[in-house]
Amino acid sequence: MSDGRTTSPTFADVNRDVLRTLEPPGNLYFAWMCFVALLLAGFFAAWAGQVWWGMGMAGKRVPQMWAMYITTFVFWIGIGHAGTLISAILYLFRARWRTSIYRGAEAMTIFAVMTAGLFPLIHAGRMWFAYFLLPYPNQRSLWPNFRSPLVWDVFAISTYLSISTVFFIVGLVPDIAALRDASTGWRRRIFAMLALGWEGSDTQWRHYRRAYGLLASLATPLVLSVHSVVSWDFAMALVPGWHSTLFAPFFVDGAIFSGFAMVLVLMLPMRHFFKLHAYIQEKHLDAMGKLILVTGLVLTYFYVCEIFTSLYSGEHIEKASLFWKVTATYAWALWTMYFCNCIAPLVLFWKRARTSPVVLYIVSILVLIGMWFERFNIIVPSLGHDFYPYTWGIYYPSPTDTMIVIGSFSFFFLLFLGFIKLMPSLSIVEVKETIPPPVRDRAHGH
Amino acid sequence: MATETVLGVFAHVDTTVRALGELRARGYHDLTVYTPLPLHEIEDVLERDRPVSRVRLFTLIGGLTGIVSAFLLTIWSSMVWGLVTGGKYMQPAGGRISGSSLPPFFIIAFELMVLFGGLATVIGMMVLGRLPRLRQSASYDPRFSNDRFGVAVHCAPERAATVHELLRSAGAEEVKSR
Repeated sequence: MSDGRTTSPTFADVNRDVLRTLEPPGNLYFAWMCFVALLLAGFFAAWAGQVWWGMGMAGKRVPQMWAMYITTFVFWIGIGHAGTLISAILYLFRARWRTSIYRGAEAMTIFAVMTAGLFPLIHAGRMWFAYFLLPYPNQRSLWPNFRSPLVWDVFAISTYLSISTVFFIVGLVPDIAALRDASTGWRRRIFAMLALGWEGSDTQWRHYRRAYGLLASLATPLVLSVHSVVSWDFAMALVPGWHSTLFAPFFVDGAIFSGFAMVLVLMLPMRHFFKLHAYIQEKHLDAMGKLILVTGLVLTYFYVCEIFTSLYSGEHIEKASLFWKVTATYAWALWTMYFCNCIAPLVLFWKRARTSPVVLYIVSILVLIGMWFERFNIIVPSLGHDFYPYTWGIYYPSPTDTMIVIGSFSFFFLLFLGFIKLMPSLSIVEVKETIPPPVRDRAHGH
Repeated sequence: MATETVLGVFAHVDTTVRALGELRARGYHDLTVYTPLPLHEIEDVLERDRPVSRVRLFTLIGGLTGIVSAFLLTIWSSMVWGLVTGGKYMQPAGGRISGSSLPPFFIIAFELMVLFGGLATVIGMMVLGRLPRLRQSASYDPRFSNDRFGVAVHCAPERAATVHELLRSAGAEEVKSR
């Protein structure tokens, strides 16, 4: 056995190490859970207050009817992009470094889209009428307007959530079978039910592999379409600062950028606390750092394009809107965004920064802040300063909507923290695929 | 005819592949191979004379159903409920549909194609892979989800001894009849 082989984990090591992550958690985990649950209670209290006293509680005044809710909605949808990008697009490109992070990233996607899905409900006010969004047979033959981007959005996001969930569950089945075989008692019975009787026979793998490839091929255009459709919610309107064909690629790139930042924010602590250094190695951090850098540079290019198009457009209103954004009430938000999204990721040009968990963590947090502000800058200043002075208006956050935005993070983290203790957050099967399989006869082997 | 199942448990890929090669050379085609992960070495031996998985047929049918149902829904509902936006609307004119509002419906068609296609793929995988399976098959061993490979040979009882010998000589760590 060569030296290289001794450092690489064996198949049994993978099972053992992944099962280890499911052991009963320590006090730190419960303390963090309590904190998150407390914030979540605040979230529900604020929501209940808004339902009881009305939307005015959320600081909604004409023209600022979208404000923080839609900002945060778009932010979470964007976060949800990295998971399926990693699990579908990088799968088709056979990027092997994805294997150790994709399960966590997929879970992140589903939880982020679920969190995002709360916002149209919260924002609709009377969320018990949310089913009005769906096309359903009703007595007056009222149908949604299929020419409205908001209806496309309903379809895009529900499809994205369904397909991501299906993709996630399909990937989990063989891993749950491994959990079933390693556990006893009531856990075994639950895992046996969830594993659907998976045995890893040649017939099962044969159809599984084909289905997985097909799902990845279907999910690939879906990933790119979802945020394009979200961007058309804006770009189809005539509001200065929104009405641009640039929006679809601009949104998709920003989504991937923020999604990868969130992957790092979740994976780096996981790697540290679960001691997964053998699986999430420096080269994985390096690859993710590079992706953040590239998408950050592309985003910078889009920002320049955006400014250039409005200056070159010859449209007074466009120009006025731009100057107002850069210099007036919300200028601080714009400059925060430029710093976080354009300047901060530049540090990742250095390899030492890309492989340092601390630097990566700080950059990722800055990117998340920057990307939240990007959506804020698209929505609030554009609506605040459009065609006629009498429609102008400044938005101030209220305690209710601030609490709901903060609480949405607790909703997301509660789901994710629960997930990492209940399900394998590393794919047992896919990590094994990156390890050379055990061979007895090395001379005649592969 | 009663058959017997002989199970060989292997610790290595090369020995598993060797056993499969020899079994097939001697005419044993009723095999079940258990692996903790899909391995192309093993697939290369097994898939040689098998057709491509029919899951793709499910995907195709699902995707087409999605496209068709999306166009039916959007066109029919905008004819029933004539919401005129931007001067564009659907109306039945002389037995055919006129109106310039089709392009946005492609977005709905795309989304439903992916949704139905994806769901049909999973249904296809479950139907063809015989999932969910309520009872574990007799030849399954929990080690097969960890680090062992299993070759189960379904053969006539009188040939079981030969199969035992064959599996053992190929390098199985354990051979048993189930």
